[in-house]
Amino acid sequence: MNLMMLLEMASSGMGDRVAITNGDDSMTYQELFDAASAAGAKARGAGAEYFAMLDESSLAFPIALFGAAWSGIPFVPLNYRLTGDELDALLTRVEPSLLLCEPEREEALAQREKANPFARHDCLSHTRSEGVDRLDPEWSMDPEEIAILLFTSGTTGAPKAAVLRHQHIVSYILSTVEFMSAEEEAAQLVCVPPYHIAGIASLASSIYSGRRIVQLPAFTAENWIETARREKITNAMVVPTMLARIVEALEGESSADLPHLQAVSYGGGKMPQPVIERAMDLFPDTNFTNAYGLTETSSTIAILGPDDHRSAMASDEPTVRKRITSVGQPIPTIEVEIRDDDGNALPAGERGEIYVRGEQVSGEYLGKGSLLLDDGFFPTKDGGYLDDEGYLFLEGRIDDIIVRGGENMSPGEIEDVLLDHVAIADAAVIGIPDEQWGEAVVASVVLKAGKSASASELQQWVKEHLRSSRTPEQVRFVDELPYNETGKLLRRKVREDFAD
Amino acid sequence: MALLKAGTRLKSAVCNTEVMIVAAPKDEVEVTCGGAPLVAMGEEGGGTIADDAKEGTQIGKRYVNEAGDLEILCTKPGEGSLAAGGTALTIKGAKPLPSSD
Repeated sequence: MNLMMLLEMASSGMGDRVAITNGDDSMTYQELFDAASAAGAKARGAGAEYFAMLDESSLAFPIALFGAAWSGIPFVPLNYRLTGDELDALLTRVEPSLLLCEPEREEALAQREKANPFARHDCLSHTRSEGVDRLDPEWSMDPEEIAILLFTSGTTGAPKAAVLRHQHIVSYILSTVEFMSAEEEAAQLVCVPPYHIAGIASLASSIYSGRRIVQLPAFTAENWIETARREKITNAMVVPTMLARIVEALEGESSADLPHLQAVSYGGGKMPQPVIERAMDLFPDTNFTNAYGLTETSSTIAILGPDDHRSAMASDEPTVRKRITSVGQPIPTIEVEIRDDDGNALPAGERGEIYVRGEQVSGEYLGKGSLLLDDGFFPTKDGGYLDDEGYLFLEGRIDDIIVRGGENMSPGEIEDVLLDHVAIADAAVIGIPDEQWGEAVVASVVLKAGKSASASELQQWVKEHLRSSRTPEQVRFVDELPYNETGKLLRRKVREDFAD
Repeated sequence: MALLKAGTRLKSAVCNTEVMIVAAPKDEVEVTCGGAPLVAMGEEGGGTIADDAKEGTQIGKRYVNEAGDLEILCTKPGEGSLAAGGTALTIKGAKPLPSSD
């Protein structure tokens, strides 16, 4: 198994279709296949053991991804926002490398002994030129070879490199996507960065289904709407903060005026309920899908599909209505279990840690080996529970759980209550060290424009809705909460603020 | 008869079909295309398609046996049809999932 096989099938089955568009430039599946062979030859010629990438999305992203697979070395997309020592430390871990980079960085990176910088424009012109070295159409089919290394930002210590082998990604694609199933006019708008698992999964899924990818490297709501209209986008994937901004930008317009938009999928963080409800109002004919997945599971493992969205919104039954806040049901090739601290499986309705099993699950970090248990299950470190019909509800990272006087509490539960208050736009709840209780509950909140609330009013509000042990001992008012670019709340930063 | 391994690519000896083994049974099995055993990618083929194995293969379709322990992905189409142990393989019907990424 090799990722290259997916591209080879696309280029032989629909070679003349446009595979990918970025601004004014585009490439067919055949052109992408040919460019990948030149990128692979370049990597091999440079003696690279890693094909790294330090750049935003461009047509060079799939060229590098498949070039790496063709030449038999891991593809390693790095966070292009990193600088200084942090970046140096990562680069050193993936050398000798061929390093696709933004043009502005080329000169500085050329100082490194074991990195061969390959600026974006050079990559785009070299790999698409006549007469350059290319690899023969053969690649390793060893399913155990490493396809991708993705650095995940741990809350402590050095970043870990999640290992995704060819078998994980290929099984994910074969089990979730039907080959060439997309209509010829289908177009997918992608704005997640290449170093995010969703950026890689969307490339692989779109290529296998034959759906044209339209890249939007610098997201703004206005850009997104303009591109969606111009490119007649049919499918889009967004993180919750992006959807919130799109909805905000369209507010005031009577309709979204995106007649081609058939489907929007979202994931990567918690979606505020008012945002998804407003989005469904604005796009009544669009199918919404919520996807839950992790880097270590090669992307999606559970889906709340369009029918689930509609029936939850239309229902008066509280358990059905509540499912709009779930991540849906596991996909058919994934098993999910909720287990307690001792590893015992828990029945529906009981909260614990989410464990998953399936061929797409890698659960492995470079140098640390596999974290899969003997029974093949991977402990995700996400907390949650299943309802009676198998809908999965997330309750934050296990490590974020606050333990106050021996009582476990999920920050999400307290945040939800705060968010229900009329004056609160956003809320983060964390535990801080406390001599008496071990940990104390504290909250950082953002007020809605023009609204006000006092700390004691909010404490009273939580006390009325939850047990008194869950009442924040301190409430801080801030202008905004810290999020990463994919919409994940950075609790570590909130903790730092309270430590000051 | 051969012991198959997931991830292996094979081709038809008598038509253009190429496949990848997605899932393989524990025991040896003989997989044929167009009536002739599949051969390794570099190997020379030869012969003609058997009359009772002319249904053809379709790119991107996954073919399975009745027991469900053998699954083969067609990566290049051809005129012969696939069988295992003398029984024709069938196309695996997949319920389409909504696109999530």
